[in-house]
Amino acid sequence: MDAAVMQAEKTHKTVMTPAEPLIMKQGKPKIVAEGVTVHYGEKQAIFPLDIKIPDRAVSAFIGPSGCGKSTFLRCMNRMNDTIPICRVGGKITIDGNDIYDPGLDVVQLRARVGMVFQKPNPFPKSIFENVAYGPRIHGLAHSKTDIEEIVVKSLKRAGLFEEVKDRLDAPGTGLSGGQQQRLCIARAIAVNPEVILMDEPCSALDPIATARIEELIDELRQNYCIVIVTHSMQQAARVSQLTAFFHLGTLVEVGDTEAIFTNPQERRTQDYIMGRFG
Amino acid sequence: MTTHIVSAFDEDLGKLRNLIAQMGGLAEDQFGKSIDALSTSDRVKAEHIIAADEKIDALEKEVEENAIKLIAKRQPMAEDLRSIMVAIRIASDLERIGDLSKNIAKRTLAVNEPLPRSVNVGLKRMAELAMEQLADVLDAYASLDTQKANDVWHNDSRIDALYNSVFRELLTYMMEDARTIGMCTHLLFGAKNIERIGDHTTNIAENIHYLVTGTTLDGPRPKQDSTSLTPVESRAEK
Repeated sequence: MDAAVMQAEKTHKTVMTPAEPLIMKQGKPKIVAEGVTVHYGEKQAIFPLDIKIPDRAVSAFIGPSGCGKSTFLRCMNRMNDTIPICRVGGKITIDGNDIYDPGLDVVQLRARVGMVFQKPNPFPKSIFENVAYGPRIHGLAHSKTDIEEIVVKSLKRAGLFEEVKDRLDAPGTGLSGGQQQRLCIARAIAVNPEVILMDEPCSALDPIATARIEELIDELRQNYCIVIVTHSMQQAARVSQLTAFFHLGTLVEVGDTEAIFTNPQERRTQDYIMGRFG
Repeated sequence: MTTHIVSAFDEDLGKLRNLIAQMGGLAEDQFGKSIDALSTSDRVKAEHIIAADEKIDALEKEVEENAIKLIAKRQPMAEDLRSIMVAIRIASDLERIGDLSKNIAKRTLAVNEPLPRSVNVGLKRMAELAMEQLADVLDAYASLDTQKANDVWHNDSRIDALYNSVFRELLTYMMEDARTIGMCTHLLFGAKNIERIGDHTTNIAENIHYLVTGTTLDGPRPKQDSTSLTPVESRAEK
C-alpha cells in the first residue's frame, strides 16, 4: 500500500466527488451528520465522519463487510441504543433537529425514520395486520375505515396490493421472499415516515424480486429520503443518486453516484468498486 | 494499478490490450507501406496492402466482441469501464487508419506516371510526421502515458500545416498544366488521407487522456488545415 493511501487512512478525511455534488444542490439536506463516531466497548467502529444526505433521493452506502456502513445506518434511527456497549458521539440532525436530544421520543423518531432489513421479517400475523399494526399503535387511524384506507394505500405504494388483495387475512409469512420484503416496505411506509433506511433489502431475493424492489425504491424516492446499504455495486449504481464509500470505519468518499462509479477520486474507492486488491 | 481479485478479469483486459497492440502494429505497417507504394509507384505492393486490410477489420471485430463479453460478464466500473470503452473507440480509429492506408494504395494504382519530385517530398514528409505521431500514440496507449498523448494531440497541427502547402502546390501544378489534373487530384486525395490519419491519431490521444484521467481534453484542437477555406482562382481572373 503506498504512503499516500496510508496517510489518508490515518486522517479519516472524506473526499467529495465532485467537490460539490450536484444532488446536494437540489435543496436542503434531510439528514446532517457532524463528527459522528461509534464505539463498541473499546473498539472504535466509526471514525469522525461528516455527511449530508439529500431529501427525496436515494443515498447508497457501499463498502466491504465490517466497514461501518450498517453501523452508521443504524445511528440514524437510534437502533444502536439497543446495544448496551455501543456509544455514539457527534451530532445527527434530521430537518435540523438533533435526534440524540435526551428529550426526544425514540418511538416517535422510529416512526419518522422507518427501517427495512436484510431478511424480510413480517410479524406472524395476517398481511392486513402487518401493515395495520404501526398506524394503530401510533394513533394515526381513528376508525376501521381509516385503517383499511392506510393498509390499501401502503400496499399499493409498495406494489404488492394487486398480488394480495384477495387474501389480506392470510399470514404474511406465507408470501414469497420478495413479497414479504415488499410487505415490510408497506409496513414501514404505513406510519408516514420521512426517511426509510434499508439494510441490504435485496440480498435474500432473486433477480426478479430484486428488480421489483429497485423499481419500488425508484418510485418511493419522489416522496421520501431513502438510505440504502448494499453489497451490490450495480444496485448502488442503479438506484442511488448519492453514493458513500466506507472503509475500515472511515467515510472515504462521497459524491454523485455517476461520478463515483465512472471516475472516483480516491484510490481505495477505485480499488473496491473495480474489485481489485487494495 | 493493482490487480483484480478475480484474476480472469485481468486476463480478459490484457487480451483486449493485446488485440489493440496488434491492430496498431498492422495499421502502422500498412500505412508505411502505402506511402512507399505511392512514392515509388509500386503496384504490386499496393495490391498487397489492399488485400491485407481485412486483417485489421477482423481484429476490430474481435475487439468489439471481446469488449461486449467483458461488459456482460464482469460489469466493469470506473477505470475498467473506461478502458473497455476506449478500446472499442481506439479499435475503430485504427480500423479507419487501415482503410485510409488502403485508399492511398488504391491511388498508386490510379496514378500512372512518376510523381513530381517536390510533391513526392512533401507527401513523404507529411507521412513521416503522421507515422511518428501514430507510433507515439501507440506507445502512449501501451504505457498509459498521458503526457505523451497530450503531445501527440498538440503536434497534429504540424501535419495540417504541411497538408496546406502540399495542397497549394498541387493546385499550382493543375493551374499550370491541365494534363496533370488527373494525377494531382489523386495525389490531393492521398494527401487528404494522410491528414485524416493524423486526425484519427489525435482521437486516440484524446481517448488515452480520458482513459487515464476520466476527463476529456478541453478546448478546440489546434487546427491548421485551412484548405477547405481556400478559394481557387481561375487563370482568367488573374
